[in-house]
Amino acid sequence: MTDVTTEKARIGAPSAQPFINGFTEEGESLSPLNAAESKSPLAGDAVKRHSHGGGVGIPDSSRAGRLSSYKLADFKPLTGMEEDWRFTPLKRLRGLHTEVLNGAAPSVAVTGPDSVRIESVGRDDARIGSAAIPEDRVSANAWENFTEATVITVPAEVQVDGEVSVLLTGQGTDASAQHLVIVAEKFSKSVVVLDHQGTAVVSENVEIVVEDGAQLTVISLQEWNDDAVHASSQQVKLGRDAKFKHIVVSLGGDLVRVTPSARFTAPGAEVELFGLYFADAGQHLEQRLFVDHAVANCKSNVLYKGALQGRNAHTVWVGDVLIRKEAEGTDTYEANRNLVLTDGARADSVPNLEIETGLIAGAGHASATGRFDDEHLFYLMARGIPEKVARRLVVRGFLNEIIQQIKVPAIEERLTAAVERELAATDN
Amino acid sequence: MSTLEIKDLHVSIDTEQGTKEILKGVSLTIKTGETHAIMGPNGSGKSTLASTIAGHPRYNVTSGSITLDGEDVLAMTVDQRARAGLFLAMQYPVEVPGVSMTNFLRTAKTAIDGEAPKLRTWTKDVKAAMAQLRIDADFTQRNVNEGFSGGEKKRVEILQLELFKPKFAILDETDSGLDVDALKVVSEGVNRAHAEGNMGTLLITHYTRILRYIKPEFVHVFVDGQVVEEGGPELADRLEEEGYDRYATGAGAATIAAADAAAQA
Repeated sequence: MTDVTTEKARIGAPSAQPFINGFTEEGESLSPLNAAESKSPLAGDAVKRHSHGGGVGIPDSSRAGRLSSYKLADFKPLTGMEEDWRFTPLKRLRGLHTEVLNGAAPSVAVTGPDSVRIESVGRDDARIGSAAIPEDRVSANAWENFTEATVITVPAEVQVDGEVSVLLTGQGTDASAQHLVIVAEKFSKSVVVLDHQGTAVVSENVEIVVEDGAQLTVISLQEWNDDAVHASSQQVKLGRDAKFKHIVVSLGGDLVRVTPSARFTAPGAEVELFGLYFADAGQHLEQRLFVDHAVANCKSNVLYKGALQGRNAHTVWVGDVLIRKEAEGTDTYEANRNLVLTDGARADSVPNLEIETGLIAGAGHASATGRFDDEHLFYLMARGIPEKVARRLVVRGFLNEIIQQIKVPAIEERLTAAVERELAATDN
Repeated sequence: MSTLEIKDLHVSIDTEQGTKEILKGVSLTIKTGETHAIMGPNGSGKSTLASTIAGHPRYNVTSGSITLDGEDVLAMTVDQRARAGLFLAMQYPVEVPGVSMTNFLRTAKTAIDGEAPKLRTWTKDVKAAMAQLRIDADFTQRNVNEGFSGGEKKRVEILQLELFKPKFAILDETDSGLDVDALKVVSEGVNRAHAEGNMGTLLITHYTRILRYIKPEFVHVFVDGQVVEEGGPELADRLEEEGYDRYATGAGAATIAAADAAAQA
């Protein structure tokens, strides 16, 4: 791998050294004036120095300050200049950001054990809005336009054998809105698979509630047809000691943009966010995640891995991790790795880490985008393995680290086969 | 009976300061059943010779030839060389993340033999070879060299040597960084492979220590990209006592070589 940047901060151990001027053990000393304006240390004067333009009404440069609203009208029309849209080719959104989303939404077929409750509900259901608030215009557009939602509930203390499978099949290219709610009640344990297939132009909101002590894995598979456009906001809210594992796999579709966010509401919770993407010529696969450490003693671990091949294959990964002042004892690490297999492909990778308290267990972020490591290739070839086979072995190995996390054998096999198909598609 | 023949080999590398010649005319012939030791101080070009035979892209052959039973090795790709029967046990085996040892060994064996090994006997062979090299059985589930200690990596190189059964084994400082026990285990592995009678061995080493366990018939001393002295096992003993100091670099080395040549004539 080349162009490696790694930063790892281990802060919090008592130090004999005097603190840097203007800093205390807990971080930057803020003037009372700034503190009064916002509880975020990056607001106030500091933000004006760092923001692009500055002045009243300019959004906070901290991730915490991003606008969130259920109302579409609160979000300005997109120009492509916005921080969170700057990598997305808006023309290829096919109206998800401009049209009324009244096309037929992908059909939803849920299969799973009887112990799991599956309901179809209207907009007025109390559980709508229990975990998410739209954070961008496309998500808000879906929120304003969906007509019915699917709610999947894993009752308290139920351990589900096997997985709950949600098959979402696209109904064509009319821009549509989708809404799903997944509730893992207290001390339950379950795996939910969202399986996106077919052709669709859809903005989707997935709300996920993981109550106290519950363990939930959500696997979101995007194996769309080549012409599909999919924006998916998947927001999770975690209770005390809850554990959540999220695996995003994007292989198909013309443009896929998945924006997971995880919010801790009580201490002791843990999230693992994994992702795998494989972009072919012309595909745009984007993932932007947000982990909001708003309370103490929670853990997060993020690893996304991507492969790219062919002209104008484009992947985007933006990882925002925010450790708020209250989130003492946080332990977090995020990493993104990209393997560029051919010329003409582009991988953007932006790890962002905001730390508002020094009293944490650990915080780190890393990103590496590279071509094949020639030394790996030499080693394998020096054992008689032809170059083509060696390259596939390395890519397979590279992506396998994520596939291994799925732990649902049927899906692991299916994705392994899908990766093989991707590798066979062009001559690597 | 096979022959690996290196004739007047000149090799250079590209550095930031320009092209640098490392091997300045090396000739060497190894036959099946023979063990040759190449010894020399650091930076003398021993490892360059090993990597060049294996075909590492960093090294440019500017003149000379390498042939295996008359076939032009330099015209072969790295994988073709391995399939032709050349094996390089590397000084610094690289970690290949995500590729399990099991998968790697089977893929390589299949490539070298041209057909997949029979699963049952293969698994048995791998287990037996691992046990003899005192490699834990769970290594097969781990990724190639990932997280292995220096000694473990070297043992896994010799494991491959025993499983792939090459015509010629080139051991690039396999002894460096090994404690005495590991050195014995690794040497036994090489000797087992050699004892099958179908392999020639080129042993590259800085120290004489490994020569207590692996007995070479021929010893070549490398200084500054050239062979400055050749002899039998007694030469290794002399090096053990005297070190490399008597081979002054540059012009001095050439003088000794000339003097030795004159003495022999």
